Parts: sequence; structure tokens; C-alpha cells
Amino acid sequence: MASALRILVPVKRVLDYTLKPRIGKTQTSVDITGMRQAMNPFDELSMEEASRLRKDAKSPMKVSEVLAVSAGGPKTVDVLRTALALGADRAMHVEVPEAKDGFYSGLEPLTVAKMLKGVVEKEKINLVFLGKQAIDGDHGQTGQMLAGLLGWSQATQASKVTVKDGEGTVEVTREVDGGVETLEAKLPMVITTDLRLNTPKFATLPNLMKAKKKPIEKKTLADFGLDESRRLNTVKVTEPPTRQGGSKVEDVDGLISKLKDLGAL
Amino acid sequence: MISLTRPTVLRATRSIYPSAASTLARSRLLSTLAILEHKDGKVAGSSLSAIAAAIKLGGPVTGFVAGKGVKAGVAAEVAQVQGVESVLAVDNEAYDKGLPENYAPLLIENIKKGGFTHVVASHSAFGKNVLPRVAAMMDAQPVSDVTAIEGEDKFTRPIFAGNAVLTVQSTDPIKFFTVRGTAFQPGPSTGGSANVTEGVDPAAPSNTKWLSEDLTTSERPDLSTAERVVSGGRGLKSKEEFDRIMTPLADALGAAIGASRAAVDEKMADNSLQVGQTGKNVAPQLYLCAGISGAIQHLAGMKDSKVIAAINKDPDAPIFQVADVGLVGDLFEKVPELTEKLKK
Repeated sequence: MASALRILVPVKRVLDYTLKPRIGKTQTSVDITGMRQAMNPFDELSMEEASRLRKDAKSPMKVSEVLAVSAGGPKTVDVLRTALALGADRAMHVEVPEAKDGFYSGLEPLTVAKMLKGVVEKEKINLVFLGKQAIDGDHGQTGQMLAGLLGWSQATQASKVTVKDGEGTVEVTREVDGGVETLEAKLPMVITTDLRLNTPKFATLPNLMKAKKKPIEKKTLADFGLDESRRLNTVKVTEPPTRQGGSKVEDVDGLISKLKDLGAL
Repeated sequence: MISLTRPTVLRATRSIYPSAASTLARSRLLSTLAILEHKDGKVAGSSLSAIAAAIKLGGPVTGFVAGKGVKAGVAAEVAQVQGVESVLAVDNEAYDKGLPENYAPLLIENIKKGGFTHVVASHSAFGKNVLPRVAAMMDAQPVSDVTAIEGEDKFTRPIFAGNAVLTVQSTDPIKFFTVRGTAFQPGPSTGGSANVTEGVDPAAPSNTKWLSEDLTTSERPDLSTAERVVSGGRGLKSKEEFDRIMTPLADALGAAIGASRAAVDEKMADNSLQVGQTGKNVAPQLYLCAGISGAIQHLAGMKDSKVIAAINKDPDAPIFQVADVGLVGDLFEKVPELTEKLKK
């Protein structure tokens, strides 16, 4: 087994998690033009975990490289710079024409997984940290699909990752319904990160400055033998049913009688 | 799968007569495999929703169970569920922990053999873990967390933390999807008479080893399916206060306990209790929350509740915009008072 960790961290540029997207007028898209975008929160956890592994002096395996990759329009470079400031050694930008109507020109998880498989093979990666889901598409699929395509072990929704020995044995505790379970696998593997894994740091100004000097390699989907074609066609995008906020009550008795009126008690 | 059929003369001739006939033939041939979870010899509640979704598609429904002793145990239970035509059972202890490394090849063999057009699982930790792996290995793009089925190839799902509802049409030959449990009401689980047959077992090795689990045991109803949920947030300040204030209220209502991400992050409650975009989705009859502001992330997991009640000291908290009934006040006074009055 490999003697060093070569880590790939795919990151995605998404709508800031505090913002609400608008539904496009034609009801066929989500409009996020002019709204703040940032690195997917789960991807920040992946970056943090990779840099923790690098800094861990006691780790039985050294990190030889952390490569960040992202696919998207020209502004995707912003999140790659953030990834570089958070500890990636270099980055790869797979240029996909800018989305005309926000999210819906985004790549499907299957395409991203196939692209990442290409990156993994070319760069001799043996560990991939992905977020468990992107907060725009909410698919929660890419990591599992990548592991399937590669035939690698997978540990999703990780809340703890420990490299056990120099042979590449990795122990992962993962969040499941009702609690946690712990798995063990040998590298190479794919791990998706859950919120409890760590607390991501902010990119500091000096690190952001340094990140500007780090290389970003440009690629296209064609380099991986892929294109933007989709398996899922958008039929429509609508507003979720809105709830009518009800009234406020004065006291606990009011609360109880209102709940009785509503048939909830 | 990528079609292995080469373009031949026969194929070219066929394509002169497209659409109508072949569409009809396809819809008649629709058949669905529902991947079912089980725990302690019983089928998981969320899996019954997967069956309900499968039934909605219209074609014959086959349930799939794998694990030690399933043929005599849980397969017989699934055979009783109304709407299930047959059950495929694979009796092998290797599948007990639902490891995707060996579960995916197992499913692929059974999907190929059965010629299924649709494969559905619940959008639970297990379904989310296994189904995308299977789909990718069969070169299909799955649809996650489906809340409505609008046709054999049209599915509706929430995106952007439930702030938009997307309907997609799948062009894949086999449609893989996971369903949101709260969106598909299970039908009767008795009175059915499916026959149980043996599934194919490729016995693929798993390169991942299951070591241990630590599950929160509780007498309380399961959070995802509870009729009533009481939920606490950052306002409860500490784990001690969370337990002291919320537990008696849950007891008084016979409710499950949930928590906001803030409460979980500050270790007031276990992660498995988190309600929201990145936690569980609930849609109980009553969702009563205290000390929760109502961030987008949290609302994503509970806004389909029938009745929402909120206690919060901030009258401008966003939670009041969705709550059917709101009480502005200090939860440390109001919740114990409510608990006392409910007990009477």
C-alpha cells in the first residue's frame, strides 16, 4: 500500500447557506444571480480534515499532497483560492461554461463522479474527502458514486477519521440513523464528511495571499472524455407551499387551547 | 447500463415505428424493486414508505431483503404487506451491516436478473449510502429524497434546503430513487400474500469491515415517524437544561425529542436527534419547539409538520412566521408550566 496520503478534496461553489434562492419566472430554474456564493459548508470540513491529517505529527502516514478540484464557471476559481488558503497544495479547475440560469446548468453527480474518477487515476490519489452533500442540489450522491465507479471502500457521513497504521488502515466513525457506527477499511477509499467531523477554520489573510501564488491547473470536461449532457431533465421548479404563520398567544393556557382547536392535542 | 446492442439493420428498421407502441409496451413492463432495511428481525418503518412509493408507480412490486435468517423472518413479514407481489430474499450474514461494498454487487445482480425498471429505497442513512453506489455502477443518475411521483419517469424533490421544489424527468433505462419517508404513507402491513423467492447471491467480498455501533436506545417513539415531536434549540443553553426542560414535556405528550443543529453542535443533544436539511426530516401532527430561532436549515426539516407551535423569547424570531401558534416568553418558565398543565 502507498506509504503516503495523496488526498483529493472536491469542492463546490454554492449559494451562501443563509440565503434563500428565488424561483425563476418561467418556473424552470432557480435564480441566484447576484447572490453571494461560497464554498459548500461540507467541503470546508473536507479541507479542514485534510489539513488536520497533514499537521498531525503522530499520524502513521504522512500527507504528501492535497489537491483541490472544482468544476464550474470562471468564478469557481474563488472557491479554489479558498481551498488553497485552507491548505491545499494545488488546485484543478474544470471549466464548465457559466450557468445562465443559476443552478440548473450545474453538472449532475454522475458526471462529477466520472470526472473525479479521471482525476483520481491521473493523480494517483488514494484518499478522497468529499462533503456528504452540496447544499444547493441536496443530492448527497457524488462520494458514493465515485467509490462505486472506482470499486473503492466508502465511508459516508463521517464524524471521526483515524489513520491507524502505515499500511493505510483507516477507521471511520459514521453518523447513522439512531447513532453512530465504526468501520475499518484499507486505502484507497472515499470518505464523505458530516458536520460533527471538525470545526473548519477561516482562511486567514496571509494564507489567502499565499494561495494566490499556488498553481491552478485548467481542465475541461472533454479532457476526461465527458460532456455536460444530463440524465435528468428539468420539468419545472416551483415554490414550496408556503405556510401561513398563525397567531401569537398570550400565555400557556392560550397555547394549550389553540393547540386543542387545531386538533393537535 | 450502457446498451450492448450494436446498430444493426434490424434496429434501423425498427426505429421507423417508434413511440406509441413501444411506450405502451414499456409502461406495461414496468416493475419495481424496493430495497428494504430491517433491524432486529423487523422491517424498518422507513422501508414501508419505500414500498408505498413503489406501489404508486403502478407496476408489480418486489421487496428485497438480505441478511442472516431473513428468509424465515423479515421476508415473511414483508410478504404480508399489501401491494407487494413478491419478495426476493438473500440469506447471508455478510449483508447484515448493509455495507455498500458487498451490498451494491448483490443488488446489481438481482436488478439485472429481475429486469427491474425502477429501484427504490428509503432516503435513510442506509438508502443514501447504498443506492447512489449501485446506480453509478449501472451508469444511472439517481433521484434523491423524492417527495412525489408524477409519472413513471417524473419525480419531484426539494432542493436548496426545501426552498424550491424540482420536478425532473429521468431518461435512464432504470430509474433509481430514494424517497422521503414522511411523503409516502405506508398502507396496511397485513393481508398481503406475496411469495418469497431466493435472490441471487454473488457473494462479493467487502473490503470494508464493520467494527461496532453505538445507537441511542430510547423508549420514545422514533423521531422520523413520531406523531408528536418536541424540539429544543440553542435557547436551552446546556445539556442539563435540555434534559431537565424537554424530557418531561416529551413524556407528557408521548413525543419524540428533536433538536436544532445549534443544540447538537453545542452537545446539548445527540446528533441523531437533529432536525433539518442536514439531519432528519419530520412531519408529525404536532411539532412543538422551544428556543429555536427557525433558520432556513432547520425549517427544511420540519415545515411539513401539520401543526407547528413555538416558544421563543424573541418576538421577531423567523420561527413565528411558520408557526401556527406562537408564545413569546422565557422557555425556562413557559415549558415547565406547559408540561404541568398538560399532565392534568
